[in-house]
Amino acid sequence: MSESKHRSPPTAGFDTMALHAGQSPDPTTGARATPIYQSAAFVFPDSDVAAGLFNIERAGHVYSRLSNPTNAVLEERMAALDHGVGAVVTASGQAAMHLAVTTLLGAGDHIVSSRSLYGGTHNLLEYTLSRFGISTTFVDPRDPAAFAAAIQDNTKLVFGEVLGNPGLEVLDIPKIAAIAHSHGLPLLVDATFATPYLCRPIDLGADLVMHSATKFLSGHGVVIGGVVVDGGTFDWMANDKFPTLSQPYAGFHDLVFAEEFGPQAFITRARKEGIRDFGACMAPMTAFQILQGLETLPLRMQRHVSNALAVAEFLQEHPMVESVSHPGLSSHPDFELAKQILPLGAGAVFSFELRGGREAGRVLIESLELFSHLANVGDAKSLVIHPASTTHHRVEEKALRAAGIGPGLVRLSVGLEDRKDLLSDLKGALRAVEKTMGKNQ
Amino acid sequence: MKIELNGEPVFYSTGSGKPADNAPTLVFVHGAGFDHSIWVMPARYFARHGWRVVAVDLPGHGRSGGALLTSIDQMADWVAQLIVAVSSDQQASVVGHSMGSLIAMSLAARYPDNVAKIALLGTSAPMPVSDVLLNAAMDNDQAAVDMTNVWSHSAKGRLGSSENPGLSNLHVGERLLQQAGRDVLYTDLAACNGFQAEALVPVQQPALVIIGDDDKMTPPRAGMAVAESLTDVRQRRLPGCGHSMLSEKPNEVLDELAGFLLL
Repeated sequence: MSESKHRSPPTAGFDTMALHAGQSPDPTTGARATPIYQSAAFVFPDSDVAAGLFNIERAGHVYSRLSNPTNAVLEERMAALDHGVGAVVTASGQAAMHLAVTTLLGAGDHIVSSRSLYGGTHNLLEYTLSRFGISTTFVDPRDPAAFAAAIQDNTKLVFGEVLGNPGLEVLDIPKIAAIAHSHGLPLLVDATFATPYLCRPIDLGADLVMHSATKFLSGHGVVIGGVVVDGGTFDWMANDKFPTLSQPYAGFHDLVFAEEFGPQAFITRARKEGIRDFGACMAPMTAFQILQGLETLPLRMQRHVSNALAVAEFLQEHPMVESVSHPGLSSHPDFELAKQILPLGAGAVFSFELRGGREAGRVLIESLELFSHLANVGDAKSLVIHPASTTHHRVEEKALRAAGIGPGLVRLSVGLEDRKDLLSDLKGALRAVEKTMGKNQ
Repeated sequence: MKIELNGEPVFYSTGSGKPADNAPTLVFVHGAGFDHSIWVMPARYFARHGWRVVAVDLPGHGRSGGALLTSIDQMADWVAQLIVAVSSDQQASVVGHSMGSLIAMSLAARYPDNVAKIALLGTSAPMPVSDVLLNAAMDNDQAAVDMTNVWSHSAKGRLGSSENPGLSNLHVGERLLQQAGRDVLYTDLAACNGFQAEALVPVQQPALVIIGDDDKMTPPRAGMAVAESLTDVRQRRLPGCGHSMLSEKPNEVLDELAGFLLL
């Protein structure tokens, strides 16, 4: 690739934006930190300004379900970090997914999705949205041709996760985006496991991004939240597939969002309809807490990634471990692709298969001391879960394998502890597994 | 709204207005490489207040067809035709940002009967464009988008703190410029660069000049010089505001426009 002879002016880097984007010291009080605007509503100076705020003529806040000054800082910061035109924060990652889908789709519409998904997203697409007439075809995330083949006349959205669950498949975002775009469709990507520090899907061709902000964005594991980011890249008027953006909306005095708002059309409709009517808004205290985490995102992600790779390399060599699925290991099928999509590291969530099945998994979990046994990822503290003895304990082994979950599969979310302590904890637990399995033979 | 002018499709936003037949017409003219969507908030405001809003995409921009126009006077000729085509009394007030402000000036000077008032946002006459930007724009290089966009935002605006909840103004600006067609930015910048203010007769119509104190593209002293050249002018300065004043200070710009146009 030839270098451009022209030079762009310098702009603030990622670490600076993680600290500053969207916020400046409070002009009234001088507060340097983002204040928590714990107010349900905001006073109108006069009737004309009130009408102007409702009619999107003026910038400002009306009611904290629709927007809030603390939330707005988080939204703008996430938009800036993901290189999007705007963002809306939501009550959870699930609410973010729901908001993205329902802003575009209605009954009779169809989604093509990677089949390697967070369980909650799979439930939403497979069972819940189908009750409302939105159907989904699930395809192998490693097979771009399968995405193309699954597109129907009523398909409105293509979806995948940067890092799939539980196999850590790396989504080939440029290829899948090209397929979606060639069919006049947008690509929505869940970048929860990557965060904008490791991957910015919009730069790679995606049009919309969502995150569960509960995870690495926060890092502290004390709140539930989500965010949808609009790349502003998709032309919603290029075809007739997106009437919510290209046709008059009776719910807002026949406003045609794509016509009036240009690249901000999607995110404006998401706020003016989806947040307004479904109401899954974020609490300002939650936004404040996520902002505290976001300030250290670059530093934390570097440590998460290096710790996770060290743990994966250790496990790979252990005799009680059958296999490790981490895209940063050369044994992973997406090792080369990961270098392209996730050049700074393939995240800190990965899984490995223990020799000894369910019982080995149970013993490992119960022998670990630093790793907390719970159903979450992306905490500063290391986390572990054994699906076959917890979330999937009622599922038969054959059905588990069909879902890509072996009986001895253990998922780790590697935190920020001293590496030697994490390895020591795992060594001890694996010794306990070895001992138990030896006795049982 | 889509109409036809000289056999070419023309798009303009009405701000969701449903004006009366005799409503006064207000034309909004965007800057280099942009389109009508920069005016969304004032367009909606004036539409609600009974104006016939015409936030237009210039030829070859946004959703309007036709060949790109290569000089400010050609663009003003085209807007004059548009005013005649869409207004009830062949007259409009014209609000222009950056390149649009030059078009408004040219219109007011050369078509005085068709222009009631002009509002000039982020203006400078002449409006010289650096070779480094022109050359990058000529090559349709991303660096031209970056230069135009980054230099259009104030130091504070580049870090954000948008008044519009949840929007990253820097990326909205970038996206609009990226979505402009090939050669659009260069043609517009070259037109700005070639504008000769001294060729115009003095503008007599009431005028408003809004100046951003942190405007690097059209520096405050240039905006003040434009204001001094006008006969009936009100001048407003926006502290801490860059060239992209519609996104950085949307409410203050709106208040100034309303105070001037609703008199």
